[in-house]
Amino acid sequence: MNIIVLAKLVPDLVEELTIDPGGAALDLTFARWIINEFDDHAIEQGILLKERGGGTVTVLVPDLDGADDVLFTAAAKGADRLIKLGGDFNGVNNHALARAFAAVVKELQADLILTGVQAHDDLDGSAGPLLAECLQMPYVGYVSGVSINDGKSLLRKEYPGGLLAEMEVTTPAVLGIQAAEQPPRYVAVSKVRQAMKTSSIEEQDASSLDPCGGPTVGRMFQPEAAAHATMIAGSPDEVADKLVDLFKELGVL
Amino acid sequence: MSQDIYVLIEHLRGQVAELSYTMLAAGRELAQGAGGNVVAVLLGHNAKELGKDFAADKVLYLDHALLADFTSDAYQKALADLIGKDQPRAVLFGNSSIGADVASVLSMRLDLPLVSSCRSFTQDGKFVSQICGGKIMAEGELPGPTALVTMVPGGYQPDQGRSAAAPSITEAPVPALEALRVALSKYIEPETGDVDISKEPLLIAVGRGIQNKDNIELAENLAQAIGGVVCGSRPVIDQGWLATSRLVGKSGKHVKPKIYFAMGISGAPEHAEAIMQSDTIIAINTDPKAPIFDVAKYGVEGDIFDLVEVLTEKVQQAK
Ligand SMILES: Cc1cc2nc3c(=O)[nH]c(=O)nc-3n(C[C@H](O)[C@H](O)[C@H](O)COP(=O)(O)OP(=O)(O)OC[C@H]3O[C@@H](n4cnc5c(N)ncnc54)[C@H](O)[C@@H]3O)c2cc1C
Ligand SMILES: Nc1ncnc2c1ncn2[C@@H]1O[C@H](COP(=O)(O)O)[C@@H](O)[C@H]1O
Repeated sequence: MNIIVLAKLVPDLVEELTIDPGGAALDLTFARWIINEFDDHAIEQGILLKERGGGTVTVLVPDLDGADDVLFTAAAKGADRLIKLGGDFNGVNNHALARAFAAVVKELQADLILTGVQAHDDLDGSAGPLLAECLQMPYVGYVSGVSINDGKSLLRKEYPGGLLAEMEVTTPAVLGIQAAEQPPRYVAVSKVRQAMKTSSIEEQDASSLDPCGGPTVGRMFQPEAAAHATMIAGSPDEVADKLVDLFKELGVL
Repeated sequence: MSQDIYVLIEHLRGQVAELSYTMLAAGRELAQGAGGNVVAVLLGHNAKELGKDFAADKVLYLDHALLADFTSDAYQKALADLIGKDQPRAVLFGNSSIGADVASVLSMRLDLPLVSSCRSFTQDGKFVSQICGGKIMAEGELPGPTALVTMVPGGYQPDQGRSAAAPSITEAPVPALEALRVALSKYIEPETGDVDISKEPLLIAVGRGIQNKDNIELAENLAQAIGGVVCGSRPVIDQGWLATSRLVGKSGKHVKPKIYFAMGISGAPEHAEAIMQSDTIIAINTDPKAPIFDVAKYGVEGDIFDLVEVLTEKVQQAK
């Protein structure tokens, strides 16, 4: 079983986001890049599958700040092969990425390709289904549990309200992971450091980046809310008093 | 080629998704500008009657046994055929478990442009997408000739997508659905759990800001003092800190309590859409710019860990 996981770095939403002077893109000069949280689940799911059924896990990341960190962390968790894709990925859309990834992934003879279900900065769909079509593979997204047998993958797909569908997909396939069967494992920094010494990152170059199929953004802006909360200020003690008064007013105390 | 706006109707086990009505309303806005019709596209098996309350000029109904339940492969095949032949101005899909599995694949297969996470259209037909957890909007010209668009809720009232007058329903041909690679085995019912949070009047909700499983106890104590129930955002459930039955949001439950007390929840669209029907939302967050403050009636810019124990004590005393 040859499992490939695509991981992506996204700006951390906890930091302040700013629009660049051109007005049509994010200013990412000071962005803090973190792994898309669904990719963390995809890596976990890949490693769980390997632990249960053997095989290898290859993690593929585009060369952006923080890529090495993501790769060595994955290695510390049990990933076997680490690949960094070189190219100018700043502001590149998912259509371009999917095409670039397809060229690399084709060579890797994957049985299963796992991606995060989506990322918060997508504007032209998710890379997973775009890649699936480039590779002529089936795609299922919103997946939260996978097993493999006899050239088929049995998975759980999430619908709203907690409803699940069990689906059977022929492999090779691309799956968009919403959640791994268990929370992504924690690895100690010391283990990541060790992985830096024992594993190596292969570098490959993206052939070309063809963004055709994505929209052009004319303007980006921060939404103006129709309303804003009435803020309750003060020391914790004062705030607690005011909240108790509010609870009384609302008839729950 | 036409100026029609096609809307892919999503339905599961006989129930049309609210988002589909939102999209019919969005489709109307777009069709008026473009000078075309709103066409609801319904795929199913013996499911024609689902179309009777659509606010559409026309329903195109594709009936096939293999379309009885959603699978990505069958939907992609049927839609690729239809869109390829009809070439409407735009096709609206949900940014959902159904629409997102289909739209991107069709974009590559048919070589048509795709816009995702669209929340609304401007009067002159531009798309406005919501990204970065609701913190950023991106606006642009709707690409042509046929734009595929995935939509999030919030921009239109679903009721505007409903109509008392049944639209005309036309059967459309279904291409051969052979060699499908995806098959539904069965549905697995939601975990019921001990409580049904969609019916609880007082919810104490925790998000990633609660930091770890041990801290859930702080929320439990407050809930107990005030007579409420604890629930949480997706990361809290995915980390295994709370049971799945306590998930609030797009993939969990929609709730409508008297009070929704949100601690350490940012208010991402996937969470916010499910709490809008609460009577009063109160939020505590260290980030004054957290989008949760745009939907909350009352807010506290502060730290859970400074406030909750004091609050729990005071609630106990007040009883
Ligand atoms: C397909 C799909 C479906 C999804 N379905 C759901 C769903 O059903 N439900 C859901 O909730 N999400 C869902 N999400 C995820 C959603 O996009 C967000 O990632 C999620 O809601 C964020 O959860 P959060 O607010 O707890 O965490 P974060 O966004 O990380 O926010 C944590 C907040 O806590 C604050 N904070 C940190 N420390 C403290 C402190 N000490 N005191 C006070 N505040 C603090 C921070 O300022 C921050 O605002 C879905 C996503 C996708 C892609
Ligand atoms: N630049 C990228 N590099 C690596 N993987 C990516 C990239 N973009 C998207 N992916 C994969 O596709 C998933 C969905 O992200 P997105 O396509 O941005 O919705 C991510 O979670 C990754 O698994």
